[in-house]
Parts: sequence; structure tokens; C-alpha cells
Amino acid sequence: MAHALADDQNGLASPPQDGPTLQIRDLSVEYVLESGIVGAVDKVSFDVNPGEFLAIVGESGCGKSTLLFGIAQLLNPPAEISGGSVTFRGRNLVKLSDKDLAAVRWKDMSVVMQSAMNALNPVKSVGAQFKDAMRAHGVTSQEEIAQRSAEVLRMVGIDPVHLKSYPHQLSGGMRQRAMIAMAMLFTPELIIMDEPTSALDVVAQRSLMAQIKDLQREFHFAVIFVTHDMSLVRHFSDRLMVMYAGQVSEVGPTQQLFDHPHHPYTVGLMDAFPSIRGPRVQLTGIPGSPPDLARPPAGCRFAPRCPKVMPRCETNPPPDYELEGTSVRCFLYDGAPEVLSD
Amino acid sequence: MTELQTQPGPQHAGPDQEPLLRVDRMSRHFKIGNAVSRRTLHAVDDMSFTVGEREIVAIVGESGSGKSTVARVLAKLYKPTSGEAYFQGKPLSAIRSRHERLRYSGLVPMVFQDPFSSINPVFRVSHGVMRALKLHRPELSSEQRFAEAVRVFEAVGLNPGAEVLERYPHELSGGQRQRVGFAQALAMRPKLILADEPVSMLDVSIRIGLLNVMAKLRDEEDVSILYITHDLASARYVSDRLIVMYAGHIVETGPVDEVLGNPRHPYTELLLAAAPDPRAPLNASAEADRGEPPRVIDPEPGCRFRWRCPLAVEECHQVTPSLRELLPDHSVACHVAQAGTPTGAFR
Repeated sequence: MAHALADDQNGLASPPQDGPTLQIRDLSVEYVLESGIVGAVDKVSFDVNPGEFLAIVGESGCGKSTLLFGIAQLLNPPAEISGGSVTFRGRNLVKLSDKDLAAVRWKDMSVVMQSAMNALNPVKSVGAQFKDAMRAHGVTSQEEIAQRSAEVLRMVGIDPVHLKSYPHQLSGGMRQRAMIAMAMLFTPELIIMDEPTSALDVVAQRSLMAQIKDLQREFHFAVIFVTHDMSLVRHFSDRLMVMYAGQVSEVGPTQQLFDHPHHPYTVGLMDAFPSIRGPRVQLTGIPGSPPDLARPPAGCRFAPRCPKVMPRCETNPPPDYELEGTSVRCFLYDGAPEVLSD
Repeated sequence: MTELQTQPGPQHAGPDQEPLLRVDRMSRHFKIGNAVSRRTLHAVDDMSFTVGEREIVAIVGESGSGKSTVARVLAKLYKPTSGEAYFQGKPLSAIRSRHERLRYSGLVPMVFQDPFSSINPVFRVSHGVMRALKLHRPELSSEQRFAEAVRVFEAVGLNPGAEVLERYPHELSGGQRQRVGFAQALAMRPKLILADEPVSMLDVSIRIGLLNVMAKLRDEEDVSILYITHDLASARYVSDRLIVMYAGHIVETGPVDEVLGNPRHPYTELLLAAAPDPRAPLNASAEADRGEPPRVIDPEPGCRFRWRCPLAVEECHQVTPSLRELLPDHSVACHVAQAGTPTGAFR
């Protein structure tokens, strides 16, 4: 906590606000292509509370990365936000100008990308990149920059001598840690992470996850963590959001989702992991592949692959049903006679 | 979910019978640095193992453990620095002529990690498999070639084969593309497929399908597979025997259930503890380990895992442990385990 207090005195961190850190309402992102419009993210709504670890899981092409980029306002054409709002600290980021966004980015909200090798500048030392980020936000004192840079590197367990190192001189795990250190420069309220561990080995991956969790406990920032590997966030996330074909199919407390998955897609994802300790059983995964989002199915988007599909699923998109703290987009939980007779 | 049927079991070669593949004290070193600082990277050191008929052998290890180098030497992309590998009793170094090399690469094809860059994007997917058939099985007529292409496509779950053959790679998902990779390998009537991280770039939900394809190739097409991966859970799911590599050495090997159920090397234990398992409580003992890459440049004698090993004793810093059979068919290269001391470093 000593670090956090020091930051407040330096005016590095802005005071926290009441209510959710981030409120997403009906956010839609479309790719406008010559061949038509692809609705990659379709009316997604959720909140991220202060200090919360929210994991977003789903297959490739389910829109999870597009959603992240939409939240961080990093979308490039042909992708564009076609509706909805992203309210961060009381301001709708969708409406902000680039200049106003620049002030928010990195200071209050930072992003850690999938591949640190590509995200770090290969011809600049780690320290120089930290300095750039701090200068861009008005920190000019050399002493302060040097002190804070060393401090954040130490936080992620890297010896500050590596401020002089170039990215290629660091291992994959260290590069990813350096990226996280950079994201921590201003002790932001929200860190968005897009599969930060996917390029790492299992041992390095586990140690990085534990470290993110420790830092989060100490500095109380919220994390949105996107991954395709549900087992990775099993023990680290507070809430889990399962996305399928641009929509949220199920969201709830992680523990509860793992113990009692409701949506047939969530159940399928759970059954796709071979266990390392339990009995060796034949698994099937989820047959088929996600729908073409240029022509999404008329009803439930998972219907073509769903083992429990009902006639109405083919024609009507299901609404969200609230069940014991989780929200499920599936007609199975409608309680209608059709289901009961099933 | 049904209990996995017990496989007929790999035919282990007896002492007098040559296994399908026998690797004998194989090493592969790379020269790095410049004229001033000449150094040697020991990617694979003194490695011996066998692969039997109809057997899936998994090599697991972290990046930098040398597991991909093993596959590349066996694919004859690299020459071993020392040692030899024997395929069907014949040394790989004796395979020289174009004809012999072609025959060998048909019997021992490779499936690559990245399904997005290993298929030529400007041709229909039939191009690769038809070409392989033309080169490796010239006796087939063009109708037979097409029929065979359809058969191998359907064998790996690309249905209907005739239709999928007409597609372009960009029209297929990652999982389908990787199946195309296996179909191309299968078209050559292989004995042993070298599969280097074939599922690591695929979504978790799709991986299982590919692993099931690998099991099917073993059971129905009599193919052996050398499955190279960093994912212990998938190795356990599909393979018969396991080889755990660290820094170019085999540290532990044996039947997969035996090695994972009763690991004796601290590194195997670390890997097990670090593997995410949603069905098990969190094991915190792996967190202390940072997962730094092994030191394989000009290594000094001694166990290469000693820098990360909580059990390291004086001997580990002096003498490189050799692989010794501690339990039937279960060998470990660890001084501590060989001394009979219980390990359990990361449990």
C-alpha cells in the first residue's frame, strides 16, 4: 500500500469514484466490409466494479478481442462502434475526442496486448519506453521517471537493471512482465489484458497469473482479462463472462459457473478440457464451428451446434434469464411448458 | 462421457526386435555468437528413446527444452551433431539419395504448428494432398488419387471429403486446416507422423477434436505419432508414453499414466503443478517458480534443472544425472530420486 499512497501524493493516480469502474451498455461493433456488414459484437452490456477481475472467454472469432478494442477505443476501420456506450469514470469514451482519450489512456486505463514482442518497441530500451509513456502524461522530472520505472519493474519481479535492456534481451515471460509494469506506471483503475499469457509456457503462465492477482490485491485496480482458455482463469477471476458469436451467452461468479454451468455452450467448453488428474475419459469438444457473423442465425446463435436445441431456438433469439446470480441467454431456463416436457 | 477403451496397446519391441524408431544418444548443438565469442547451444544432448508401432509418444517440455529440435532432426531438416536415429533399423544418416529421402519423408511426414501458414493460400486444399499423392504414390491413376484424397480427408473428419477438397484455405477454420495437415500426411501412407505442437494454436474447444483424430489414426490407420507439446493434459489424453524434456535432456520417461500418476523428477512435478486444471483446487507450490528459460549455452556438467530445483544437492552441481530405470519401464534422470529420497518438491 505504501506505493499507492506515494502515488496519490505525487498526483499520479486520480481519486477513485463510486459505483462501477466501467459500464458497458448495448455496445455493438461492426466490420463494414465490401461483402457486407459483420456484427462482431452485438449489444453487449456489463459492468466492471472497482478492483474486480473479470474474465471474458470464448472461441476465436467470438468477438472477445473486438469487444476489448471497442472498450479501449482502439478499433481501426473497417471496424467501428455502431451503437452503445462505454462509461468509464462517468464519461462516455465512445464520444470522447482523441485528445481527451489520450489523457485517459495509460493514466487511468491501460492495455496489455497479447504479444509483448510486438507491443514493445524493439529499438528502444525498456526504460526509454517507460519514459515516453510518463512524459506523454506530463511527468518530466528525470528523477521521478527513473524512480517510478525502477519501482514498477520491481513490482513485477524484474531487476531494475533491465531498464537498460532491449526487448530482445528479455525472455518471453519477462517481456510480458515488463508490459504489465508499463501498464502500472500510473497505477490505473482498470487494466485491460488481451491473452497476455498465451505466448508463455505453462510454468511462466502460472507465475504471471499469480503475479497479476497479487498486484491487483495490492493496488486494487480492476482487470478485464480476455482468454480462450477457461481453465487459466478458473482460480484467478471473480466473474466469468462467456461470449459466443458476438453475444454474452452466460455471465456470473467464476466459481458458480464452473460448478453449475447453465448454458449448453458453457457446458461444452468445460467438457473440452482433458483433465490432468481425474480419470481418462473420451471427450468430444464442441462439434462444428461458430456461425458466419455476416449472416448470423435468426434465432439463438448457438442453435446450430447446440445438443439441446429446441424448435423455438431456431427462430427466436433468446433473452437473458437471471438465475442465482448468473445471467444466461438460453430458452432452457425460460420455464415454459416446452422445456418442462423436455 | 465414456471411459476410454483400453487400446490394444502398442507393440513394444522385444530386445531382439528393432522398434519402428530408435534414437541412440543423439545430440544436436548449434554454434552461436561471432568469431570473438564462439559459443555452443546444446539444444539436444545425448538423447535416447524409441517409438513402437501404433504408438503415440508425447515429448513435453517448455520452450527451449529442445523438443522441436528432436522433431526437426528426425525430419532430416537438421543433421545430428552426434549419435544416430534408426528408422525401421536403418540409420537416418544412410538416407542420402533423392529417392530414399522422398521415401523417408513419405513414411515420416511432419505436421506443423501453425495451420495458417503451412498451407498455400492461393491453391485449393486439394492441391497439397494431390501433389503429395503424385510424388509419393506415382502408381495411382488420377481417379485413384482423387478417391484416396477423399478417403484421407474423411478419415480426419473433413466431411464430405470431395466438397472440402474444393475449398480454399481461407474458407476453412483453424481446426479444419490442421485436419488438412494431418490428411496430407496420411495420404503418404506414413508409419510415423512428427506432430510439432499441432493443436497449440487452436481453440481449446477444437483441440479435443484433433486429439481424437490423432488417436483414430493410431487405431485405424496403424500410424505412430511423435506428439510434441507443452500441454501435459493433452499429452495424457492422447499418448501412450511420455518423454519429459528439460534443457535438451530427457529427465523422465515412461507410460503416461505411470509418469503423471507417480512423477519422480522435480521438473515433472513442477509441470504438473503448473498445469491449469479446472477440476482441481489451486496448487500454489508452482507459483514460486518463474519459468525462466533453461541455460543451454555452453552448459557445465551437472543437472540442468539444478538452478530451479528446490531439492538440489551438491552432487547435482557436479555430475550430470543419467537416465536410470527406477520402476519398471519408468526412467528418471535425477540424483535425488535415484538415491531413493522421496521427491514431492512441488506437491
